Amino acid sequence: MGSFAALVSRGFTFEFNSNEHAASRGHPRWGMVIDLDRCTGCQSCVVACSVENNQMLGSPEEAAMGRIIRWLKILPKTESEGSRVRQSLIPMPCQQCDDPPCTRVCPTSATFINPEGIVGQVYDRCIGCRYCVNACPYTCKFFNWGKSQWPKEVEQSFNPDVSVRDKGVVEKCLFCHHRLQRAKDAAREEGRDIQEGDYVTACQAACPAQAITFGNLNNLNSAVSRLASSHRAFKILDDLGTHPKVVYLKEG
Amino acid sequence: MSELMDKELKNSNVRFSWPVPQPEEVHDVESEVLKPITNEPTTAFYATTAILATVFLAGVAAWAWQIINGLKVTGLNVPVFWGLYIVNFVFFIGVSHAGTLISAILRITDAAWRTPFTRVAESITIASLPFAASSVIVDLGRPDRFLNVILYPHLTSPILWDVLCISTYLLMSCLYFYIALVPDIALCRDRLTGLAAWRSHFYRLLALDWQGTPQQKRLHHQLMSVLSILLLALVISVHTNVGFIFGMTTKPGWHSAAIGPYFVVGAAFQGLGGLAAIIVLVRRWFHLEWIITEERLAPLKKFFLAVACFWAYFTLVEFLTTYYGRHTAEMEVFWAKLTGEFWLPTWGMLTFCLFIPLPLLALSRWRITTALLIAGISVNIGMWLERYTIVVPSGARPYLSWGIGHYNPSWVEWTITAGWFAGFCLFFLVLTRLFPILTVWEVQEEKEGSH
Repeated sequence: MGSFAALVSRGFTFEFNSNEHAASRGHPRWGMVIDLDRCTGCQSCVVACSVENNQMLGSPEEAAMGRIIRWLKILPKTESEGSRVRQSLIPMPCQQCDDPPCTRVCPTSATFINPEGIVGQVYDRCIGCRYCVNACPYTCKFFNWGKSQWPKEVEQSFNPDVSVRDKGVVEKCLFCHHRLQRAKDAAREEGRDIQEGDYVTACQAACPAQAITFGNLNNLNSAVSRLASSHRAFKILDDLGTHPKVVYLKEG
Repeated sequence: MSELMDKELKNSNVRFSWPVPQPEEVHDVESEVLKPITNEPTTAFYATTAILATVFLAGVAAWAWQIINGLKVTGLNVPVFWGLYIVNFVFFIGVSHAGTLISAILRITDAAWRTPFTRVAESITIASLPFAASSVIVDLGRPDRFLNVILYPHLTSPILWDVLCISTYLLMSCLYFYIALVPDIALCRDRLTGLAAWRSHFYRLLALDWQGTPQQKRLHHQLMSVLSILLLALVISVHTNVGFIFGMTTKPGWHSAAIGPYFVVGAAFQGLGGLAAIIVLVRRWFHLEWIITEERLAPLKKFFLAVACFWAYFTLVEFLTTYYGRHTAEMEVFWAKLTGEFWLPTWGMLTFCLFIPLPLLALSRWRITTALLIAGISVNIGMWLERYTIVVPSGARPYLSWGIGHYNPSWVEWTITAGWFAGFCLFFLVLTRLFPILTVWEVQEEKEGSH
């Protein structure tokens, strides 16, 4: 526990631009590129994320209220121009903004952005005010409306690396941060830095069309960095100043 | 004593033009005001408090049910994350402005017509603030962790500022209420006999040995002046910060630079409405027509009308700038309010806040008490709807269309809402039974012609 002063000092959090911070200290800056041309909308990524992160199955009643928790969802986007109607399917994980509106408004710093650019969530500190969800322009944070419950058979397949969230707290996509921890542990044991391919998110691993690319945006040689510079690249709601690190490639 | 009284009468005769108060009248001021405290409660009073207590306990039971099961028992959903509880929170903060506006502003300006209104106004503040604070705690997914806001403070969060502002406001309002009350508690101590032992002790303890000496009176006035100024600053900061809760996000319909002052004016409007309605009811219940005269109600009516025009101005400007901006996401919320899913609360708001009160306040064809009562109740209904139209449509129309959100409050939310309103009324009634409903020392000072 430590002294009260230590407790208070740990509680204070000040915002900083993680771009400058990460670049100046040589930290990785984890980002994702999703190629909408390759994506078939099969939702394997949704299932993989759900299984990997111990998400509840949910019930039809919860679905009717929109309360199903899926950290990665497929956003149907419909555009019409005259008589032509076009629909896109956009996989939406947390956008891991460099300037996240959700972290600014959290009264307890339960949600924060770490030096490597991942927007984290401390479940034990969350008071469930849902301010961060309201502040998120992507609606990519999820509230536990009731007590967590799974069928008994499902409990055996829990991922032990991911804690189960209790009722009344907000949860969100963490870019499979537990996998990053494992990758760091493995790299440390082998006496080297993390390399490309060491740290892969569950959704990327599961995508049959290889539409999802994940990696260090600060590594100019990485695939994700090159794809993010593509002429087809765009970011959703970037004009709000959120600076998301999930980049989309337009359909051809 | 009678000789001193004769001297006072002679002096009064020289200085004032209206009829000289007789000893009986001086006596009557005190005994009239103390009657609600000394009289045995009527059957109607018992019945009213029983009903209010029952409804309040039902609200508490509904909250217990919500704590056990979580917020899934509410109608909140994705993407409507805030609903009735936040509406109630802003509403009760708004009602609480009755106390500060009238007591602080009118004391600072030394408005002569304020005298019968200050105690009622302060009682409204004391009665409503606990329900404002508890409404936001009811809304939390983890109310048991509420103290994390203090233990792990995050300085950029408007909620942290809100907790600090409202806590300070609650403490200062209680202090203000109590200090204004000290001379009248001393009056209860001296004049009331035959009370239950606990009440005699209660008044003796709280009177702080007040004797009404010139030194005590001078210090009392100075303290009241300082507290009035402090509270005026506090009241503006509290409701500005409540507005910042919404304005500091990028949510369409909330992200507005004018939302702070808009909330302050809205709170003033609602507080005045609450005060107007309650003062008319108090006047009738406690037979205070002799002091709350229609001549005194006239400035209150004008003040109310002026603030109504301010609120109308801010509302018009808000709709106008949203419409001219034509921001896609903002227009979704705009049309949802005016002609879409939320047309009923929106036009209900305009009806109860403007179309009903403005004629009542601006024209003279109705009795002033009738006009103030109807306008006051109407404005409070309208302002509750205003908070609803601020909170819910923006939640239902987020930037990305994950389907359209709908919000139907559940029985738990309605029961807690009814319980909190009943609790507010019950608290106010209890205050009228414990303390004089008028500021006796201000009434007496007015009669003596000194300040």
